[in-house]
Amino acid sequence: MTENNIVLEAKGITKQFPGVLASDNVNFDLRKGEIHALLGENGAGKSTLMNLIYGLHNPDKGEIFVNGKAVVIHSPKDSIALGIGMVHQHFMLIPVFDVAENVMLGDETTKRGSLDHKFVADRIKEISAQYGLDVDPNALVGSLPVGIQQRVEIVKTLYRNAEIVILDEPTAVLTPQEAEDLFRIMRDLTARGVSIIFITHKLKEVLAVADRITVMRAGRVINTVTPAETDSAQLANMMVGRQVILTVDKQDHKAENEILKVEGLTVRDQRDLETVHNVSFTVRAGEVLGIAGVQGNGQTELSEALTGLRFPTGGKVTIAGRDLTSKSPRIITQAGLAHIPEDRQRHGLVLSYSIADNMALCDYYYPPFSQRGVMQPKALDENARKLISEYDVRTPSPFVNAGKLSGGNQQKVIVARELSRENVKLVIANQPTRGLDVGSIEYIHSEIIKMRDRGIAVLLISAELDEIMALSDRIAVMYRGNIVTIIETKKTSREQLGLWMAGAHVEHA
Amino acid sequence: MDWKRFGFIALIITILFGAVVLVGQSQQRPLLIITSMLATTIAVATPLTLGALAGVYCERSGVVNIGIEGMMLSAAFFGWFTGMYLSNVYHWTLMPSILTGTVVAILTGALMGLLLAWLSVTFKVDQIIGGTVINILAVGLTGFLNRQLFFGKTSLFGGTVPSSPGVFSAIHLPITEIFAPLCKGGNICLENINAINRVFDQKPIAWAAIILVFVSHYVLFHTRWGLRTRAVGEHPRAADTVGINVEGMRYANVIIGGMMAGLAGAYFTIESIPSFEPLMTNGRGFISLAAMIFGNWTPIGAWAAALVFGSSQALQINMQLYRDAIPPEWSFLQQSYVVGLTPYILTMLILTGIIGKTTPPAADGVPYEK
Repeated sequence: MTENNIVLEAKGITKQFPGVLASDNVNFDLRKGEIHALLGENGAGKSTLMNLIYGLHNPDKGEIFVNGKAVVIHSPKDSIALGIGMVHQHFMLIPVFDVAENVMLGDETTKRGSLDHKFVADRIKEISAQYGLDVDPNALVGSLPVGIQQRVEIVKTLYRNAEIVILDEPTAVLTPQEAEDLFRIMRDLTARGVSIIFITHKLKEVLAVADRITVMRAGRVINTVTPAETDSAQLANMMVGRQVILTVDKQDHKAENEILKVEGLTVRDQRDLETVHNVSFTVRAGEVLGIAGVQGNGQTELSEALTGLRFPTGGKVTIAGRDLTSKSPRIITQAGLAHIPEDRQRHGLVLSYSIADNMALCDYYYPPFSQRGVMQPKALDENARKLISEYDVRTPSPFVNAGKLSGGNQQKVIVARELSRENVKLVIANQPTRGLDVGSIEYIHSEIIKMRDRGIAVLLISAELDEIMALSDRIAVMYRGNIVTIIETKKTSREQLGLWMAGAHVEHA
Repeated sequence: MDWKRFGFIALIITILFGAVVLVGQSQQRPLLIITSMLATTIAVATPLTLGALAGVYCERSGVVNIGIEGMMLSAAFFGWFTGMYLSNVYHWTLMPSILTGTVVAILTGALMGLLLAWLSVTFKVDQIIGGTVINILAVGLTGFLNRQLFFGKTSLFGGTVPSSPGVFSAIHLPITEIFAPLCKGGNICLENINAINRVFDQKPIAWAAIILVFVSHYVLFHTRWGLRTRAVGEHPRAADTVGINVEGMRYANVIIGGMMAGLAGAYFTIESIPSFEPLMTNGRGFISLAAMIFGNWTPIGAWAAALVFGSSQALQINMQLYRDAIPPEWSFLQQSYVVGLTPYILTMLILTGIIGKTTPPAADGVPYEK
């Protein structure tokens, strides 16, 4: 490749945010028609770099060249004019607008003062046909599945004649099938001369689609490599800055007596539809039972019924010999449950409370945190400092609001609170690593295994099959509210589980 | 606005009109009662319609405006004062002085809008507090000036309130003139045409309000400005990423909203009665907000809801005419305050979401942080 193939170049980009050097003398270039992956953990500075290129922030130092010419980008308006488009991780779409309105926003075509909806719709159809995007310009965006919404975002950039498209964590919200579709679209785009910057922290994906990979860590570029000359382990190494164990290392388990016993559990969701039908299983001390299944097959309602957030309509839940059916979360917690909820921001933390307060949410109401009804700040503070160092929460102080932490650190706060309690007999972890970076995932996996090895029962619910396979001793597959089978991990395979998750019939031996 | 909502509005208006017809039919022909009710409804709905439009512009761009009441009140004062001053001190004639008064009222509203935008967009003050500031400021400022200017020997006007030049007169549409020949001299027929004509003989601000409803509908839903306004109120970051100036759009829309509220204020002292009284807006700004919410943040829906409130006020006014016809077993209706409760009962009824929930713009009331 020759120099003039470079469509975008950033030289010596530096950006200081209060307290962090988000971008430290970064050099980055993009060639015409390539997919250049930008790999790094959360907070490594990938998004910052892209926001600087897109004009959402302005760099303190450094230069940006587009097609060889030095440019100054003050706002998205400038970058759009230069042919740069960005698909943000959280979509920049207005749900109550239709596709055409979303696409034209900011670049409207009018006819005698009136919006020319038809002209825009025709252009969208043209673009959709050209790149195989299949988007209906008249559909209301809010009613579209995420995968299609993402296509709308891509159409939005192409509508503005973007030749450089930045995709920020595009697969974070997609199902594996949708992600495959996206990769096909990405290849179609590059075949037509569009250049793509692909931001991600998923190793498999970069190796599958990228032409070149640039790894960032702590605001710096570590290296730029091609998939041919590297592998997952090496990339993970560069991302985290140390050896990362991608496979979970665990001993054989020695399961003991039953801790959680679920008999004929039936649960209805908020629309009063039965989403869990007559489910029975047990989890024994010292084992991990994984519940595999595509999302929306009743896992959410099941875990809510077990943790007291929702009353079941039938069946019985026993924890360590006590009948805890339809009991309040406090009583179940006191009986020995540690719960890592599915939605860490809504059910796991009070975002506007400090870390210290969040770490005492389960036992704030008795000593040492509370004496005769009065909170004891000193005890809260000591507890928080101990847990922060023990569980490696990255925070400037225990008084920072939980909402200010990164996803990985928020999850660590929850894990610290739940797993550090003394009387824990059962852990229910629902999607414990969703949206987290490699380092945090590794950490949380090792904590779960530690609990198991201490002789605690663990129920792991996850839509990530790899996670289920790596951690579980036994696997229950959930499909349409039923547990279709429970099998030992050693006796099954990824493919077999995938089939069951998709509803294939189970052959009983 | 869905059909269920319009149906509910039509039902309530029918009930209110029907009640007056029922009571008054022994004294007056139903057609004449209905036309009289209609004429009053349209007139008294004017400030509510404009107030609701003020709310629509502000909230569609993402700024909650509970200061409409205060904007109306201050505009009513300054508009009236300008007209009065020009005619008394400079001896201007009626139309120039009240037209200038109307312009000043609109500018007062714009200035109040600027203040609200400054507080809530630039300083990101809680918007409920920003609106409350405006309401308190308006009550205090107009009360203070009213007292300082007109009360006591040492005041500017020496203790008397000079007479105002007057109010706008109705714009006469020649409906009678055109259709009278069809009657061939029939008296009842002539009376009917006259009555229908009176429904359309509305004053200029009333006409302006109706025209502004449709203009606003067009602007909000069919122009670039409207698309950007709604985008900024729904998802400001999305608007920002496509190069739209979020703060600029919010400022402009809040000021436009202020101008609407200003024109509503002019209705009180330049179109309805030729004088100012402290607190004379009497909660109309808040009822406007109810109309805006019931109208689901759309101009036409808000207008329809404003007409419901207008008709309940018309009920109150027209019931007075037929007081004596109220049957003795319903005599409690003769007490004007009983009927006077209808607008407030309606407000509560409507805001309880009896007819389904409405959805505000997603970013309504949320300051935009880059």
